[in-house]
Amino acid sequence: MIDLQLLALLLAPLLGGALLAVFGSRKWAAELNSLMSFFTFAASVILTMRVIDSGPQVAFHEQFFIDQFNVFLVALTAFVAFTTSLFSRPYMRIEQHHGKLTTGMLHLYYSMYQMFTFAMLVALTTNNMGIVWVAMEAATLTTVLLVSLYRTPASLEAAWKYFILCGVGIALALFGTILLYFAAERVLGEGGTALLWTHLNEVKGELEPTVLKLAFVFLLVGYGTKVGLVPLHSWLPDAHAEGPTPVSAVLSGLLLNVALCAVVRSKVLVDGSLGTHFAGYLMMGFGLLSVVVASFSLFRQKDIKRMFAYSSIEHMGLITFALGMGGPVATFAGMLHMTVHSLTKSAIFFAVGHAVQKSGTQVMENIRGMLQVSPTVGWGLAIGTFAILGMPPFGVFASEFLIITTAMHEYPWTTPFLLIALGVAFAAIFGKIQPVVFGETTAKRLPHSPALIPVFVHLLLVLMLGLYMPPYLADWYRQAAALLG
Amino acid sequence: MQTPFLLQFINLLAALLLLIAFAMLTQRRILSLINLFALQGAVLSLSTFVVAFSTSQHHLYYSAGLTLLLKVLLLPWLLHRLIRKLNVRWDVETLINIPTTMLVGISLVIFSFNLAAPIAQLSEGLTRGLIGIALASVLLSLLMMLTRRKAVSQVVAFLSLENGLFFAATSATQGMPLVVELGIALDVLVATFIFGIFFFQIRETFDSLDIAHMEKLKDD
Repeated sequence: MIDLQLLALLLAPLLGGALLAVFGSRKWAAELNSLMSFFTFAASVILTMRVIDSGPQVAFHEQFFIDQFNVFLVALTAFVAFTTSLFSRPYMRIEQHHGKLTTGMLHLYYSMYQMFTFAMLVALTTNNMGIVWVAMEAATLTTVLLVSLYRTPASLEAAWKYFILCGVGIALALFGTILLYFAAERVLGEGGTALLWTHLNEVKGELEPTVLKLAFVFLLVGYGTKVGLVPLHSWLPDAHAEGPTPVSAVLSGLLLNVALCAVVRSKVLVDGSLGTHFAGYLMMGFGLLSVVVASFSLFRQKDIKRMFAYSSIEHMGLITFALGMGGPVATFAGMLHMTVHSLTKSAIFFAVGHAVQKSGTQVMENIRGMLQVSPTVGWGLAIGTFAILGMPPFGVFASEFLIITTAMHEYPWTTPFLLIALGVAFAAIFGKIQPVVFGETTAKRLPHSPALIPVFVHLLLVLMLGLYMPPYLADWYRQAAALLG
Repeated sequence: MQTPFLLQFINLLAALLLLIAFAMLTQRRILSLINLFALQGAVLSLSTFVVAFSTSQHHLYYSAGLTLLLKVLLLPWLLHRLIRKLNVRWDVETLINIPTTMLVGISLVIFSFNLAAPIAQLSEGLTRGLIGIALASVLLSLLMMLTRRKAVSQVVAFLSLENGLFFAATSATQGMPLVVELGIALDVLVATFIFGIFFFQIRETFDSLDIAHMEKLKDD
């Protein structure tokens, strides 16, 4: 039964990719894209209910593994992928109307969008640490041509940088995986089971600590490049700024989470083997550095998408820090922050996308008075910015509050860094977005009406998570946190 | 089970692999670079075959065949075709400071041997010391990516990096599960195609395959 549910989840985007590879140039390709994304989302809901009811499960000869932790990311990924497909329908049509995209480019976009969803879902659900690597690389490959979709010099440069840096990063992760296999082979024997996470997790105490230590360094650096941890982040702002906005939204909201999931899985094994907090400390260090560097970089940004890309680095740093700290409260807060960051950041990118289309530029100095041109875009941007800056009553406030209070309790010396970084980020983003939203306008009308329902649905969910967390949801997060230890 | 002869043979091949990595680091002609890459693939395939023979791991024979097909025949053929179409077949790259690059390379080798020393202690017989060589060739390819300014040679460096990893997987750990190896091979193949598409897009936009033109994106 679980086999069937998982198959539905993975087949929907795969079939979507194949269908759109054939019919991507048709008029209804955008609708087909949304429809397939909806099927994926529906399958993820069914799978989630199943896992919440009956706990962790393995499927397909243990090649796939689903527990409360990754099913929450599966549901989030499928949901945001669905809403982004709704947003991209009018957005991409406007881009085509402006002459920035041809039908051929849209064809590529739709087909790759589905394949990207497929790669992420495989990376999340597979039990095999080797397949995690293969799927992460596939996720890079499917998005690299999307980043250069506009074929401008800047977008080509961004895509090349993304390809080379993530290629190198992920190659190091493969070396880490090989080392992990080297250690596992001595305990579990050769062949298929030595890379299966569930098996590794059972024998993690017997794995050779020296090898695992080295393996984790490679895995963290490798997958950390994809998470966008400082100092491996330099591809991220370029790729987010130069790619089409729906791609920025899914890269920022989803791909970074998926890469972090791979890091967390490795961390559980390594700390279990060493019996110390080695992996956790490394993650805390990288996380803290990312938060501080990213928030100070925010001041220098002139491009609106670039600025929010740096904000993603900051938030991913915060999540990495929280998950590195470990313990039930910090892990709970880290997962909550993953959820609210994905929802809020993709909502912001949706609003930013339309704001950029209206004013014809990504330079913030030239985007003015969004509230006058279109109250929905303006309010979407304003409320999204408030939410991402951690203002109460939004969910980001709740998770940041939990992370900081836990840090105060466990590692008091980190709190000044975190508080200063969050303060700086607030000043930088608020100062730059305020005139964009208010102020005098120069923008023009759009040929198609924008899709802003996804923006407000996301923000409403974030608001709800801040005000009231349903008990079953809290339970679910707590169970997931318990699994990660 | 394994004769000292086979052991020595594998060590010889590993040393050859490292030597080729150094040769690639300093090779200035794109055509020769691709030929060196093919040679590296051939050594890799042969070493995988020898490991398969001496440990009688059957799936390693498939890996050796896959390497031969992909890295000795298909990818070099694709690259040759690409440079012919792009008309960069006879391009010579100016490399600054070859002696310094070599010295950095040597220290990378020492560093990786040091790093791998505790691991080499753990492994028995055949694979001892090989993981250090694998790590060294991975780091040398990384260095090559940093020092190159032409898109094609960066891609060759990327593929040779993958060769180093494959050597680690087959020789040091006697092969990852076949499904993983197939997945990795597929990714590498697709990556090469995408690189090919990129070459044409870059050339169309910048009139050159020099990535010095692509350093415009900055934070300001």
